[in-house]
Amino acid sequence: METLITILAGVLVTVAVYLLLSRNLIRVILGTAILSHAVHLLIMTMGGLKKGSVPLLGEHAEKYTDALPQALILTAIVISFAVTAFLLVLAYRTYKETGSDDLDTLRGFKNE
Amino acid sequence: MNNIVVMPMIIPLLTGIILIFLRSHVILQRVLGMLSIIAMTGVSIYILKRIQLDGILRIDFGGWLPPYGITFVADSFAMLLVLTTSIVTGILLIYAFSSIGKEHEKLFFYPFVFFLITGVNGSFLTGDLFNLFVCFEVMLLSSYVLITLGGRKIQLVESIKYVVINILSSWFFLLAIAYLYGAVGTLNMAHLSVRIAEVGQDPLLTVISLVFLLVFSLKSGLLLYYWLPGSYSAPPTAVTALFGALLTKVGIYAMFRVFTLIFYHDINVTHTIIGIMAVLTLVGGSIGALAYKDIRQIAVYNIVIAVGFILVGLAVSTEAAFQGSIYYLIHDMIIKALLFLLVGTMFYLTGTAKIEKMSGLIRNYPLLGWLFFITMISLTGIPPLSGFIGKLYIGQGTVETGSYILLVIGFMSSIIVLYSLLRIFLNCFWGETIISEEDEVPLKKGMLIPCVLFGILTITLGLGAEGLSTFVQDAAHTLMNPEVYIEAVLNSNQ
Repeated sequence: METLITILAGVLVTVAVYLLLSRNLIRVILGTAILSHAVHLLIMTMGGLKKGSVPLLGEHAEKYTDALPQALILTAIVISFAVTAFLLVLAYRTYKETGSDDLDTLRGFKNE
Repeated sequence: MNNIVVMPMIIPLLTGIILIFLRSHVILQRVLGMLSIIAMTGVSIYILKRIQLDGILRIDFGGWLPPYGITFVADSFAMLLVLTTSIVTGILLIYAFSSIGKEHEKLFFYPFVFFLITGVNGSFLTGDLFNLFVCFEVMLLSSYVLITLGGRKIQLVESIKYVVINILSSWFFLLAIAYLYGAVGTLNMAHLSVRIAEVGQDPLLTVISLVFLLVFSLKSGLLLYYWLPGSYSAPPTAVTALFGALLTKVGIYAMFRVFTLIFYHDINVTHTIIGIMAVLTLVGGSIGALAYKDIRQIAVYNIVIAVGFILVGLAVSTEAAFQGSIYYLIHDMIIKALLFLLVGTMFYLTGTAKIEKMSGLIRNYPLLGWLFFITMISLTGIPPLSGFIGKLYIGQGTVETGSYILLVIGFMSSIIVLYSLLRIFLNCFWGETIISEEDEVPLKKGMLIPCVLFGILTITLGLGAEGLSTFVQDAAHTLMNPEVYIEAVLNSNQ
């Protein structure tokens, strides 16, 4: 199971890198979102997938699943949600100001 | 108990939240902001004094003892930086009062400055690697807002680059945290250090440490500084000065913490790479500082040079070099803020950033000219100003370990710094005066006073380095001997 999830995370990273390298701003933003999903999966896998029963709910199980990676992922999801929201607004404002969402036309200083 | 340790993070957070509700009361926002800064400064000095008496302080949130809960740890190194942050922010706020404009002030400028400080202070104080990531994000999200606030075309375009590169580096940060957790099963920094000392730093852990190095060099601009010049020249002066003084320093702090506390076993690999990166940064920064004729770009490349120079101290890793780096970090936070304020003020007065379009400003604005002169010699490291003592100690460290390449490149860069700023000074302040007295833009008092305050600060820091030396020695001692830190954090009967 761990191997499968790791491969899935790898596929997600590949997709994300492809999107990040494109010229369209919206694709870049989607790329960053997918990138964060990939790393969340990785954190979960690193803590070990379901190894025992649910933590915190009872005291009678033999083994418990590690709850820490889930807490980490929860925090990371919230942060990546906020950053993605900000980036979308930024892209919209940039499009309104410059009339373009093509990164090639947005690059560089005008007066150089 | 030790609840005071969390104050440097809580005060700016609460201030920021309160200021959001006072949107239209600009004067009230300013007064509350200054009061909060004064409170922060007072608390930082108090904690710094207590550390000298009681040793390193810590607070376990929710009473969960380390390594299970999240801890805040205040040692001399962190508190010195927290103190400098408060002072620098206070003076920059005075500059912002007269320069940032009503629109910014009503669009939540002050709340976001305080959220930025929350993130910065949190990063300095935290004793948990994941919490460090969270504090970094708090700081970065506020910086995203501050860099775009105002919405000019250049700000929007430059901020896209800045935001995307930071998302990418945060992603690497999470990646490194995931691998490290998978490898040793803890994220408390002191506990990490103990576990890695037990199992030994095998090549796998060294690779993970290099991922951390990548993350922090992206944040601090060590070698990977290509995003820095563009994004730091877009926002208003007060914001640029804040970024230049604080943001890169947080990355440097994290690098010192991680590579002195956790990954200090395989110095041949990690610290050699840091040394090589520092040299390349010094060279690259020097080339940038010489190549441009735009005063803002020259100032930005001076940040890059300073980052390289401070990390020479980490690369050689002796107690003297650490002392030098700490002195130089404090000095650099103050002097970079001053340099950016002066450059921004020159831009405001003349309406241009090109050095060939300015001349003879010292006739029009004598005090500004002399302040620039002080900044220049302080950055170069001429005694008795504040840059000298840091350079002296870092130099001593490189000689002790026989790293003569680092020594030569480090001190060559000082000459480049001198030359690049001398070029601004000769072209812009000397020469024929081209602004007649009628066309002179009046220099606002509110802009000049913060510059004078920073000028006084750099002179006192240079002359009064003796007074700071007990704190700096203690900080360097803790960096040099990780067991002091570990003992303070994992000792449960505090």
